[in-house]
Amino acid sequence: MVLATLLAAASPVFHRPEFDWHALAPELVLVGTIALCLLVDVFTTEQSRWTASSIAGIGMLAALVPVFTLAYDNTDRVLFGGAFVVDDFSLVLSGLFLVAGYLTILLSTQYIAEGDYAEGEYYLMLLSATFGMVVMASARDLIGIFIALEMLSIPAYLMAGWRKRTLTGNEAGMKYYLMGVFASGVMLYGMSLIFGVTGSTILKDIGSQVNASVMDEPIAILGIIFVLIGFAFKVSAVPFQNWAPDTYEGAPTPVTAFLSVASKTAGFVAILSLVYVGFAGQADIIRPFIFILAVLTMTVGNVIALRQTNVVRLFAYSSVAQAGFILAPLAVFGESPRSSRDVLIAVVTYVIIYTVVNLGAFAVIIAVSRRTGTGDIASWGGLFTYAPALAVSMAAFLFALGGIPIAAGWYAKFQAFTAVVSGDSNLGYIMGVVMAVNSVIALGYYLSLMRVMFMDDVPDGDTTPIRVPVTLGVVVGAAVIFTLAVGIFPGLVSDLAEGATLAFLPGS
Amino acid sequence: MKDLLNGWGITAAVFLPMVGALVMLAIPKSEETLHKVVALVTSLAVFAVGVALLWDFDYDHTAVLQYAQDKSWIELINARYLVGIDGISLPLIALTMLVVPLVIVYSWDHFPEPHNPKAFLLLILVLETGMIGTFVAQDLLLFFVFFELVLLPMYFMIGVWGGEQRKYASLKFFLYTAFGSALMIVSILAVYFLAEDKAGNALHTFAIPELAQWGGYGLAKSTALLIFAGFFMGFGIKVPMFPFHTWLPDAHTQAPTQGSVILAAVLLKLGTYGFVRIAVPILPVGAQSWAPVIGLLAVIGIIYGALGCLAQTDMKRLIAFSSVAHMGYVMLGIATLTPFGTNAAIFGMVAHGLITGMLFFIAGSVKDRFHTLEIKRLGGLLLQAPRMGWLLGFSVMASLGLPGLAGFWGEFPAILSAWEPGADLNQNLFRAFAVVAALGTVFAAGYLLWLLQRVAFGTPTEEFEGEHIHDMHLTDYIAWVPMVVLIVVLGIFPGLIFKVTNQAVVHSLMHLPGS
Repeated sequence: MVLATLLAAASPVFHRPEFDWHALAPELVLVGTIALCLLVDVFTTEQSRWTASSIAGIGMLAALVPVFTLAYDNTDRVLFGGAFVVDDFSLVLSGLFLVAGYLTILLSTQYIAEGDYAEGEYYLMLLSATFGMVVMASARDLIGIFIALEMLSIPAYLMAGWRKRTLTGNEAGMKYYLMGVFASGVMLYGMSLIFGVTGSTILKDIGSQVNASVMDEPIAILGIIFVLIGFAFKVSAVPFQNWAPDTYEGAPTPVTAFLSVASKTAGFVAILSLVYVGFAGQADIIRPFIFILAVLTMTVGNVIALRQTNVVRLFAYSSVAQAGFILAPLAVFGESPRSSRDVLIAVVTYVIIYTVVNLGAFAVIIAVSRRTGTGDIASWGGLFTYAPALAVSMAAFLFALGGIPIAAGWYAKFQAFTAVVSGDSNLGYIMGVVMAVNSVIALGYYLSLMRVMFMDDVPDGDTTPIRVPVTLGVVVGAAVIFTLAVGIFPGLVSDLAEGATLAFLPGS
Repeated sequence: MKDLLNGWGITAAVFLPMVGALVMLAIPKSEETLHKVVALVTSLAVFAVGVALLWDFDYDHTAVLQYAQDKSWIELINARYLVGIDGISLPLIALTMLVVPLVIVYSWDHFPEPHNPKAFLLLILVLETGMIGTFVAQDLLLFFVFFELVLLPMYFMIGVWGGEQRKYASLKFFLYTAFGSALMIVSILAVYFLAEDKAGNALHTFAIPELAQWGGYGLAKSTALLIFAGFFMGFGIKVPMFPFHTWLPDAHTQAPTQGSVILAAVLLKLGTYGFVRIAVPILPVGAQSWAPVIGLLAVIGIIYGALGCLAQTDMKRLIAFSSVAHMGYVMLGIATLTPFGTNAAIFGMVAHGLITGMLFFIAGSVKDRFHTLEIKRLGGLLLQAPRMGWLLGFSVMASLGLPGLAGFWGEFPAILSAWEPGADLNQNLFRAFAVVAALGTVFAAGYLLWLLQRVAFGTPTEEFEGEHIHDMHLTDYIAWVPMVVLIVVLGIFPGLIFKVTNQAVVHSLMHLPGS
């Protein structure tokens, strides 16, 4: 009897879910590349392991093709009942992740091949993490977001600990793993609370619950805060940042570069889609929370960065401080329709520019430490005298990170300022002043590295030029061109950022 | 010709130096003479464009923006490539275009350590783009970009080619100015979002002429005050006004001669120009409330700078402190909010640029010959290098405001204008300022003549007694003669500048009561 009812209920109503192959093409290409990479690794000998990096690189670029065709097609595609959405926002950010992934491959090629590391597996992990990010860009569902997050985090834990024979390498992987798992736990708990209150995991449905005011229940607010805290770990916002410096220092430098841009950006992407689509009705609660988080993140990151003597740690804290700048506009999110729009533009602009500039800076770090063999800032002394091109490129990146025209970073900072002022709220103006003060503190350490490169003497008098591998040179060159081009013509990025609109905003 | 200038004149002037810099980038470092030639030719080409612009300028309508170009730049926020020249910017642009080639000529044989002419000249050219760009920009954001662009080359110039304390000085210079700019950007954005036309529609524009036309209409007074404060920090630090001046003596003392000259001649003017071009016209109400404060800080700067000069033992540091005092007169003129005072301020900028630039040139040459600038080790310059000694005397006279030389027309009208301040400002207060400022000229005469006495008069100290000191080089002649001539000519015909600036100044103060 029971069985019969069940059968009757089940058998005729099964519909094959609508499957838009085109919308999923970027992800599918990546999955295909992952499989190919794995097979090649299994069936080839040790000597031809280098093929892995080529396959991975081509796969990343191939995945960009459907991103472009989708962008050309220019329709929002909704899959799986709203859990997976391909809109302009997701396309711009998928593109960014793929480019960042590709640049990371270029950074890694020499480093991984020279070190005694497992090459095939490394690229496998890198591809899997990138896949997670690309999924994250389109996920509009609590479960989807969580799966994407784990998809990108678990390979990242492994990559962080890739130098398995060194203690710092083990520490890097272990710390990152434990902290990451803890964050996932907190986040999952928050998600379960939200699901319990709203009865849905789809962000759109959660967002439309606003009028029913269930989302204003304390328990739901707790859920929102927990979810945001989970992502605060991911983007290494203070006070959830303490894993970052050790992990960054212990991980292989290309992995550090990848973590500091791509996986951080993935965290911001998730925050944006959660806040904009899911929690827009609770902006009043989110604003002060983000305000405190952003102010702490900028200030603490900057102040600690001032005291660093290791260049990678310096960049670790710098990336913490930058995360504060990316968060800052969200402190005025929802003040007015205008400011909500400006906030989204500001965050997207910032992550695009920051990603490329920071990857460029890490390319220089990798190139320099190939020669010096240490990360000590003092070992950078007089870089300008024997490697002028690297020093000047680094200067461009440092000025960009510091927000000085004509390096691209000024426009990112400017957009962040625009967004916080656009709300015309006291909180926004205070944030503006805090940002102004912080951008000057940040210049303190960027300039101190500059001083070492241009004004100090070469520490051991050894001025043989640095031989820069082609792959690294390509990254540095491309990043410098990007930095200057965007700095002079910010329209190149602003058009992208302006176009990166989310579908299904509540009330739109 | 006319069409070409209208379409491309300004753009060429701004970006030609960049083209030169790119060419130099492609030339190997060892080709030093070639680098010098390229840099000089580039700066002369810019100068030629400048002469053409000056020639073709319509001097009967100086309030009108001439050679204006208006192109879209960042569409998203309606920022534009809006450039143009009017009577306020013309003298400063001319000054910049003149000083840069002179500095390059002066550098010809004495590049400071660690030499590297390629990088040094490249930086000067980038600097030129930044400076000219700042003076022609008529869009707040474009202005800001050029204003900041100037920092980079100057930072490296001080930090790499500077003296003992160069690292400290360059960092201080950069951080001070960057702090001001960061607050300024908040103000720029506040203006952008709050400017509304009479019908209540948001303007959402960065265009300076449009915003000056708006003139803070409908803005609450407290808001205007705060926004002005942001501009005040940005420009006041650059000027530098007391109490933000402390970066200046360090930067000047440590910078190489060429850096000091450009810093004194042009860079300091970016701040005062900002007040005249942006802060006062766009926020007249804020300016009115801030004027007494600015006036007060200006006279404190005058007296403090003078006292600072008396205490210095280093020639370059002394000249640096005298800059603080002179910029005090300029700021006093601006603070009166009268056309008279503002005209005097612009004249003061040009005069100070020429005279102090000249003083730094001479100080650099003294350093080059004696390897020290410590005043008590020097003496008897007139005996050992009479031409340099006389020129020092000439510049000192010009600097202390001797009538008949350019310095006089910067100081005297500024003091006079404070006697009759405009825009309902407190007359008694400003008259008190005028008295104090007038006292400052006495101090100025004191420290400058004392400097001249100790350095040029008397007999050489034992240390340098028997030494042969080379008087002026050919490059010195080429670099200095134009400046000396201009100091005299402007001293005799001050109308050359006043006539150019006046209409534009009157126009810029249109929203202020009583003008």
